[in-house]
Amino acid sequence: MTLTVSMTVNGESVSADVEPRTLLVQMLREHLGLTGTHVGCDTSQCGTCVVHVNGESLKSCTMLAVQAEGADVTTIEGVADGETLHPMQQAFHENHGLQCGFCTPGMIMSSLDLVKNNPDPSEREIREWLEGNLCRCTGYHNIVKSIDAGAKAMRS
Amino acid sequence: MYNFEYKKAGSVAEAASIIGADADAKLVAGGMTYIPTLKQRLAAPTTVVDMNGLGDLAGISVAGDTVTIGAMTRHAAVACSADVAAAIPALADLAGHIGDPQVRNRGTIGGSIANNDPAADYPAGLVGLGATVKTNRREVGADDFFIDMFETALEQDEIVTSVSFPKPVKAAYMKFPNPASRYAITGVFVAQAHDGVRVAVTGAGPCVFRVAAMEAALSSNWSADAVADISVSADGLNEDIHASAEYRAHLITVMAKRAVAKAG
Ligand SMILES: Cc1cc2nc3c(=O)[nH]c(=O)nc-3n(C[C@H](O)[C@H](O)[C@H](O)COP(=O)(O)OP(=O)(O)OC[C@H]3O[C@@H](n4cnc5c(N)ncnc54)[C@H](O)[C@@H]3O)c2cc1C
Ligand code: FES
Ligand code: FES
Repeated sequence: MTLTVSMTVNGESVSADVEPRTLLVQMLREHLGLTGTHVGCDTSQCGTCVVHVNGESLKSCTMLAVQAEGADVTTIEGVADGETLHPMQQAFHENHGLQCGFCTPGMIMSSLDLVKNNPDPSEREIREWLEGNLCRCTGYHNIVKSIDAGAKAMRS
Repeated sequence: MYNFEYKKAGSVAEAASIIGADADAKLVAGGMTYIPTLKQRLAAPTTVVDMNGLGDLAGISVAGDTVTIGAMTRHAAVACSADVAAAIPALADLAGHIGDPQVRNRGTIGGSIANNDPAADYPAGLVGLGATVKTNRREVGADDFFIDMFETALEQDEIVTSVSFPKPVKAAYMKFPNPASRYAITGVFVAQAHDGVRVAVTGAGPCVFRVAAMEAALSSNWSADAVADISVSADGLNEDIHASAEYRAHLITVMAKRAVAKAG
């Protein structure tokens, strides 16, 4: 049995026929071809799958696609302005905030939610906010620096 | 994940009738425990009944000395609530340290207590404050709600609708978190609650429990020193790759001391 699910993804109306068990991340990646959202675990702990649903960050691997019916979804593909990177993406680029880059989409989507509610986060607040985003490469230090710089760029 | 039918509940009564008629139909609230369980094929429900449309189950209200939190209220909403911070700051603090921001944006108080994970934080808050759980059928005191590991007083078709917390004189929660998930390896909630001193321990045993010796000591002398020499036996405590039973027993005293100091 399939269900037709419709939602707005990165400003565009989309719909897909999915099974009830289809996860939001599977719909994004496999039905819509938006492979910027990653899957790094099966325990809801790594945060590589973070997207925004109705303006809030959440783990798209831990939500059914049908639960996003009618929702407004933003993925990493939706944050740049055409060819111009979003200030937060630019900050990761300039501060060497990634090595393999697998965790980066989730890091950026999570940090954008932080900055939305807390435009000038302290280093400690950034580190605490990243509790649900794991990186196996960088040691986090440059990610924290990137988010600090990205938040600063977004303020100005 | 095994496949299932999906039903978005339009009311608590509708959700209750579906899960009442079919023992293999299950509720999903925030999905932060249940969806990972489905992904691991540890559950094979016939129907998943989604509570996310039940807006009247979400929200926080304060009446007199009681804070009432609807079952579908997300952890993030409790953590950020000015009303909770004013009336019971220890509860806002507890909610703000559950998991990570994305777990807090989805996970609900109703799902957390219905699940009764031995390492969950809310059970300590409910028992530590002497809260009352309201369901679609009745009211149950927190002391009688949590029965055993992943087991509560809920019947098959019973749904948590809200939890009421009487405002304490003072309270605090301290946990030693698992460094990966932030679940409590051991967490202790202490309070000068509406009905006397309460000390509730989560994470250490199969289910939240109170420590009568600490409650008696704190009743006559509210200070970290009063609990410093009280130890809880390691018999029957949890043991896993994260901590031995003896280590957890030791943590109970350490976290109790820190919680009393934090409560002031
Ligand atoms: C990475 C990660 C880290 C976490 N860290 C912590 C932590 O540090 N501390 C902590 O306490 N928790 C932690 N959690 C668990 C989190 O708090 C969940 O929110 C909670 O376990 C379940 O709530 P839920 O709303 O997501 O419920 P769901 O997963 O939707 O449901 C859980 C169970 O409860 C039942 N249920 C749900 N709502 C009701 C209701 N109203 N009435 C009756 N039954 C109901 C469901 O049928 C299901 O069996 C963590 C989870 C994850 C994924
Ligand atoms: S894929 Fe790891 S948290 Fe979603
Ligand atoms: S850059 Fe490789 S996982 Fe973070």
